[in-house]
Amino acid sequence: MTSFFQTLGMSYEAAWFTATIAGILLIALPLMLAVALIIYAERKLWAAFALRRGPNVVGPFGVLQSFADGLKVFLQETIIPSASNRGLFLIAPIITFTVALMAWAVIPFADGVVLSNINVGLLYILAISSLGVYGVVIAGWASNSKYPFYSAMRAAAQMISYEVSIGFILICIVLWAGTFNVSGIVEGQRGHIFGFINAYAFNPLLFPIAIMFLISSMAETARAPFDLTEAESELVAGYQTEYSSMAFALFWLGEYANVLLMCALNAILFWGGYLPPVDWAPLYAVPGIIWFFVKILLMFFVFAWVKATVPRYRYDQLMRLGWKVFLPISLFWVFLVSGYLMFTGHFA
Amino acid sequence: MTTIAHLIKTFTLWEFVKAHWLTLQYFFKPKATINYPFEKNPLSPRFRGEHALRRYPNGEERCIACKLCEAVCPALAITIESEPREDGSRRTTRYDIDMTKCIYCGFCQEACPVDAIVEGPNLEFATETREELFYDKAKLLDNGAKWERAIAANLAADAPYR
Repeated sequence: MTSFFQTLGMSYEAAWFTATIAGILLIALPLMLAVALIIYAERKLWAAFALRRGPNVVGPFGVLQSFADGLKVFLQETIIPSASNRGLFLIAPIITFTVALMAWAVIPFADGVVLSNINVGLLYILAISSLGVYGVVIAGWASNSKYPFYSAMRAAAQMISYEVSIGFILICIVLWAGTFNVSGIVEGQRGHIFGFINAYAFNPLLFPIAIMFLISSMAETARAPFDLTEAESELVAGYQTEYSSMAFALFWLGEYANVLLMCALNAILFWGGYLPPVDWAPLYAVPGIIWFFVKILLMFFVFAWVKATVPRYRYDQLMRLGWKVFLPISLFWVFLVSGYLMFTGHFA
Repeated sequence: MTTIAHLIKTFTLWEFVKAHWLTLQYFFKPKATINYPFEKNPLSPRFRGEHALRRYPNGEERCIACKLCEAVCPALAITIESEPREDGSRRTTRYDIDMTKCIYCGFCQEACPVDAIVEGPNLEFATETREELFYDKAKLLDNGAKWERAIAANLAADAPYR
């Protein structure tokens, strides 16, 4: 894109700057739209699992429901509790929202279509998703109210516990792909199984960690069955309890942008990202971005499916699963994968 | 042996797979809910909905201000005041039902000797303000005029069982 702006007669620096800004807008704006539609899709999916109809009044088949909800929320009065810390209270949803958008910078949408193709893309994603917990903790703390505070404590413990095993899972993938570059990991899956299936997930050694990553990413985004931070029967609405209007909407947008990001990561790391499922020439006629979106949507279906099926975990069960099951298994798998690669002479 | 089976079940997430298979089957089933504002469930003739004051076919009010409904109302939602009319018959000058108090028990309808106050089949009378739910006589008579056909049919349908 930089060269395109250079042909318009800009200097390299100006062209680079304009191209980056344009790239950010090209990612962020459709992402917001996608978030609005994905909330609608999720409500429809849950409704279908519960034999209900879901939103079907606003717009054709209720597609505009999220926009109507958004409008309603924006027109509400912003209430800032007098006991809260005003500055932190307002900055928390902004942190959640921006952090959720930031990680998309290194996600490759198609071959070479990525905002910044950095070599440590996966580390960047890990770092950014760790930052996400700050929004939640600050929100809970700044609200100066007991339920948001409990929720923030839970969120901090939960997200940090699962980040540990996510880290080990990512190490397995990085070992196998031999690169931290996200596009490189996708390319590493080309013809991975029998020379024609483009996915790590069908590798018997990597399939278990694909499942573990799926479960961990649900815990990481604090979704059901791990939505203890918003357990409405215990904590009202968790850390969002004191929020209203725009701030509340930002939390929602951030949360679903995070969910989409985790779906995208699942698709990229284990299901071949923008590659077609099978390495067969006619399938490459479909643009990579379409394959990527289809994979994200399928992952999202799984997310909604799990949310519609599994009841909420108890807090001790959540911690047990994180520390006593996932951590040892993922650690063992790092050992297994690196041992296998060493034995087969994968490391040159 | 059972421990091994348990271990295998745990690590293959067997129970989760089973649960998800079940929910997936439900996913493809037809919807159990109706498309409410456009489709409606049938109502029993005995359905107790919004109140209405009825009139005789010649246009005369049925209510004779006996105040049995006011006396029987467990929620004290009904207020009646009455006076003799010019022709000497006793009629209500005020017949108020506070719909925010009403519990829709149907006692007023049961107590009424002339089938004047009835609970009709209308259940969609939500309002935007509380005050709109303080029904006065004019509103109740208006309801009676609006719903008379349905109310009469329901009373006729239920008559053999009374």
